[in-house]
Amino acid sequence: MSAMDHNSWESELRELETFIANAKERSRKEQNESDKALLEDQILKLEEGRDKYLKALYTNVGDWEKVLIARAQKRPYTQDYITALFQDFVELQGDRNGFADNAIIGGPALFEGKPVMIVGHQKGRNISERQFRNFAMAKPEGYRKAIRLFEMAERFNMPVISFVDTPAADPGVESESRGISEAIAASIMKMFELSVPTVAVVIGEGGSGGAIGIAASSRVLMLQYSVYSVIPPEGCAAILWRMPERGPEAARALKLTAQQAQSFGLIDEILPEPIGSAQRSPIEMFATVKEAIAKHLGELEVLTPDQVREARFAKFRKMGQFDTVAPAKK
Amino acid sequence: MKQSEAFLQCQSCKKIIFSVDFEQNLRVCPYCGHHHRISAETRIQWTFDEDSFEETDTDLRSGNPLDFPDYIDKLRTAEQKTGKFDSITGGRAKLSGMPVSIAVADFGFMGGSMGSVAGEKITRCLERAANEGMPAIIFCASGGARMQEGLLSLMQMAKTTAAVQQCREAGVPYIAVFTDPTMAGVLASYASVADVIVAEPKALVGFAGARVSKQAGVSKVPDDFQTAEFCLKHGMIDAIVPRKEMRATLTSLVKTLGGHLLEVKA
Ligand SMILES: [Zn+2]
Repeated sequence: MSAMDHNSWESELRELETFIANAKERSRKEQNESDKALLEDQILKLEEGRDKYLKALYTNVGDWEKVLIARAQKRPYTQDYITALFQDFVELQGDRNGFADNAIIGGPALFEGKPVMIVGHQKGRNISERQFRNFAMAKPEGYRKAIRLFEMAERFNMPVISFVDTPAADPGVESESRGISEAIAASIMKMFELSVPTVAVVIGEGGSGGAIGIAASSRVLMLQYSVYSVIPPEGCAAILWRMPERGPEAARALKLTAQQAQSFGLIDEILPEPIGSAQRSPIEMFATVKEAIAKHLGELEVLTPDQVREARFAKFRKMGQFDTVAPAKK
Repeated sequence: MKQSEAFLQCQSCKKIIFSVDFEQNLRVCPYCGHHHRISAETRIQWTFDEDSFEETDTDLRSGNPLDFPDYIDKLRTAEQKTGKFDSITGGRAKLSGMPVSIAVADFGFMGGSMGSVAGEKITRCLERAANEGMPAIIFCASGGARMQEGLLSLMQMAKTTAAVQQCREAGVPYIAVFTDPTMAGVLASYASVADVIVAEPKALVGFAGARVSKQAGVSKVPDDFQTAEFCLKHGMIDAIVPRKEMRATLTSLVKTLGGHLLEVKA
């Protein structure tokens, strides 16, 4: 039986950690020197055991477990990356057409001293934040704001950095009536118009149309345990077997991991996560992501505007796998 | 609907219709106006000039890149049913004497879903229009991206949309026709960024499928939710055009929006 969330998947690890924390507390309070030494010795052994367990748990992580890690509530979100990697960020809001969206955030910032435009999905950490962010499911106005920021980036010659982390675009009645499909399509198309370099980083969930809407970029990077999928595994299981609870099986069928995306030639680089995933050592993760963005921007910077556009077209033009055979006959 | 029989039942109002009347009425119910789904071949025959269609890209066939369960079986069944390798039939045709690049979807082939082959054929249709200086006309009929090809299918959204951008740069008009149903990954990519969008009456048009909406807790919906009429009301499409008038409407659009291309050729 597969775990259904990240916390329960790591439950034994958590128990072990709680036990160690308690032992440390006892050791701190222990007055008797020899008892204290004995406790300290045991704590060291426990910590060794925990490290071994952690390493084993994160060796050969299954496809479904990657989905759980990608959705983990303590995983760094877009705003965390913005704070850690950029300076002078100013959030810009509104689609200038009557609506504001809080599932996609964005604005200009400095990256290693140079101006860039940031656009990313934002998840919430608690119930009220999650509701405010609409669970990172953007409505049409989110994509229309993104288009506005893309256009501004082009105007002021700023590369665009996207952070992708959404379960899907918003499927509600309001979104349908305001043209969610058109908004996503228009955002994808706008990204192909840009002559400034664009880099997308899938930091958690790359959920179908909602994700590609801001990820038709010159370079697409994925964190080691992030996922990118045409449909959520539960939705796939619902269609295939009419049983959403068979998500773990569907996750394997969908080949939605970073490693599989790379094997199909659909992404440019996998960014390794610290042992225990990004949430265990965010600082280490931020450094890796920063270095990768700098590297890819550096490579793209030397291209002329025309070359940037042509390279992006050529990159996506090649995507797809099919056979060529003798024509079909009735 | 068995064509061999003398009469059949409308799928919407359930009234009995004589097959001869039904065919003459382009498979639109004479009582309730329901536009029944038709194959790509029939659509081409009823829309474009007689014998003008030259099919291209007939050699493209889906593999099973993900080794997805039962995918090959589903493909083979669809191939046998339609005599095609994919939901999209594409090529060059003439509309009232004017050259056009066309792609027509067949819902009968795995729900018209877009995998690598459909994405490639749509892309080639748009590129052909851009390169050869003729309008593109795409008839959409799809449940969305093809789940069985995973992320490869999702990326077809980007690939096809990029091709629309090439039409814009080349100055060739692209007209999309939404037929029943035009959904999800197809609607959220090349379909929605056409210069002109027309739809058949009552066609199902929407982003989230019924099951997805249900899972997301979307319960109360308007009566006309996710129909062509709903889209028209909310400014998302240009017009609703009955099947009988489709050829005439498309001809006018090609003559006007594509007029500059015809002058160059003349
Ligand atoms: Zn009827």
